[in-house]
Amino acid sequence: MIEATELSRSFRVTRKSGRRLRRIREEVVAVRSVSFTVEAGEAVGYIGPNGAGKSTTIKMLTGILVPTSGRVRVCGLDPSRQRIDLARRIGVVFGQRSQLWWDLPLAESFQLLRHIYRTPPSDHAERLEECTELLGLKGFLTTPVRQLSLGQRMRGEVTAALLHAPELLVLDEPTIGLDLESKQRLREFLAELNTRRRTTLVLTTHALDDIERLCRRMLVIDRGRVLADGPLERLRVEVGLERTLVVDLERPTAPLRGLAGVVEVRTETDGRRQRLSFQADRTTAAALITAVARQAPIHDVSVVEPEIDDVVRRLYARGPTTAEHPGRFDAPNDVLRAP
Amino acid sequence: MADAVTSFGTYRHLVAAQVRGQLSYRSSFVLNCFGQMLAQCTDLVVILVLFSRVASLGGFGVRDVLLIYSLAGLSFGLADLVVGSIDQLPTFIRTGEFDVVLLRPLGTLAQLAASDFQLRRLGRVITALGVLGYVLSTSDLDWTVARVALLVVTPLAGMVIFSSIFVAASSVCFWFIDSRELANTVTYGGSYFTSYPITVFTGWLRTFLAYVVPGAFVAYYPALVLIGRADPLGAPTWLCSVSPVVALLSALGAATVWRRAVRHYRGTGS
Ligand SMILES: Nc1ncnc2c1ncn2[C@@H]1O[C@H](COP(=O)(O)OP(=O)(O)O)[C@@H](O)[C@H]1O
Ligand SMILES: [Mg+2]
Repeated sequence: MIEATELSRSFRVTRKSGRRLRRIREEVVAVRSVSFTVEAGEAVGYIGPNGAGKSTTIKMLTGILVPTSGRVRVCGLDPSRQRIDLARRIGVVFGQRSQLWWDLPLAESFQLLRHIYRTPPSDHAERLEECTELLGLKGFLTTPVRQLSLGQRMRGEVTAALLHAPELLVLDEPTIGLDLESKQRLREFLAELNTRRRTTLVLTTHALDDIERLCRRMLVIDRGRVLADGPLERLRVEVGLERTLVVDLERPTAPLRGLAGVVEVRTETDGRRQRLSFQADRTTAAALITAVARQAPIHDVSVVEPEIDDVVRRLYARGPTTAEHPGRFDAPNDVLRAP
Repeated sequence: MADAVTSFGTYRHLVAAQVRGQLSYRSSFVLNCFGQMLAQCTDLVVILVLFSRVASLGGFGVRDVLLIYSLAGLSFGLADLVVGSIDQLPTFIRTGEFDVVLLRPLGTLAQLAASDFQLRRLGRVITALGVLGYVLSTSDLDWTVARVALLVVTPLAGMVIFSSIFVAASSVCFWFIDSRELANTVTYGGSYFTSYPITVFTGWLRTFLAYVVPGAFVAYYPALVLIGRADPLGAPTWLCSVSPVVALLSALGAATVWRRAVRHYRGTGS
């Protein structure tokens, strides 16, 4: 479905510098020599901190930007040269850019899209009905787009991207700024789309929890390079990423030490709240909750995923261990030497 | 080209959506349309004032100049109506909205043209048509089939030439975002130039505007054929009736420039 080979893109920028505000030209390399393939039916998370090069990669995949060097094929097409053919076969959602008509009601935007993609009316109606149902659009189909809340608009954007039944759906930061419930709903919808419709998914994010249930595979990118590529579970084991169980106890309690798999305990509010960092390969959240419950009555629990910045930091720090994991987890050597 | 044709049906829907919006503010629509008519009239006033002082301009009488002026105005007005919203391009590029244009299975130019379609731009067309009608009805021209055909084809060829100029001049934005002034100078300068007999201008300016921009083919040469006069500057007669060919070449040139320019689009950083 996607084949990227040593894909790079740089931007020439000018900035003012020094006391005399001389204009300096320099090259910013947004994506450097990135290679990966995505098979039909996969769900891939493309994850990295801000400025890592995620959006730039997506723009090259979708034909918006012409690569500086390297090769890219999506659905067997060259995105920038066969842009129109590709546009019919993929759906794209940008979290920070609307593809709907600001002044038109959502329903009318959908009708215009039907003309633009020349979708047969019956197919269009069927898909629209399905999205309306699953994403709960009914209440605001006749509202002008500019009056929609971010969560509502995002559901509209996703629908708009799916009405022509694309084989591949690409989403750039689809959950940015959404409240927890909207996020959850969107993720469930996308997971369903991937399993039931077999639509290939590629989504970028800087939040690991987006990936968690949705994507069986993730690519970690930083400063334009892919640092890791593989299932989240494996990455978690390999870089020793700890998840954190946050337990709110009924009453102040001494730090809960000695629990199997827990590597660090931090307490807040006299031990009423405790943060237990645990290694996912040695214990599970469920087992841990049971163990804690034996020591103290629990009021509430939640599990916190590691931040992407931690993942990236550890990928850099991991250094020499890469040699033991050839293949998908190979990180470029000079990157590992960097910070 | 095929792309342009298949896009047309869709273009119609996009434009219809815009026009529906504009007509819902009926009074402001009428006012805007009137403003455009006045804008076209200012040039007319300049010509009339000139002729109150002189009997001929570059060797042409008032009727001939008005014919040239109205053909040029009609061409410019039609081009402005169809691709005028391309003047939004710098905004599209600066804000990164052009991303969305590139994501749709339609030609980029057709989408831009539809993005800010303004029916009020009909104002210019109406004024130019009025003047053209007046000139034609008050002069005793020798109407042959060829001349009638020329009269119909001329504004269309002129529209294509002007549209090509708009597109080519706007393409520069993809390299230099602040080139709007340049684009305006070329387009409005072109409009001014084509409204007069080229004999009024001299030197390299005339050569450039007549043949490189190709302004002479918009109204001047066709008008010569209509009034049955040879070019005082000695252009061969065949050159005076090749406007459609020039229009086609301009369109091809503009399309090539545009396609290259779009590949230079770089979006915005996050
Ligand atoms: N149009 C552009 N002009 C200049 N620099 C850009 C442009 N687009 C992206 N960049 C730069 O490229 C780098 C990667 O950006 P981006 O791909 O948007 O990152 P991400 O989406 O991962 O946050 C950043 O340093 C950004 O400033
Ligand atoms: Mg981004």
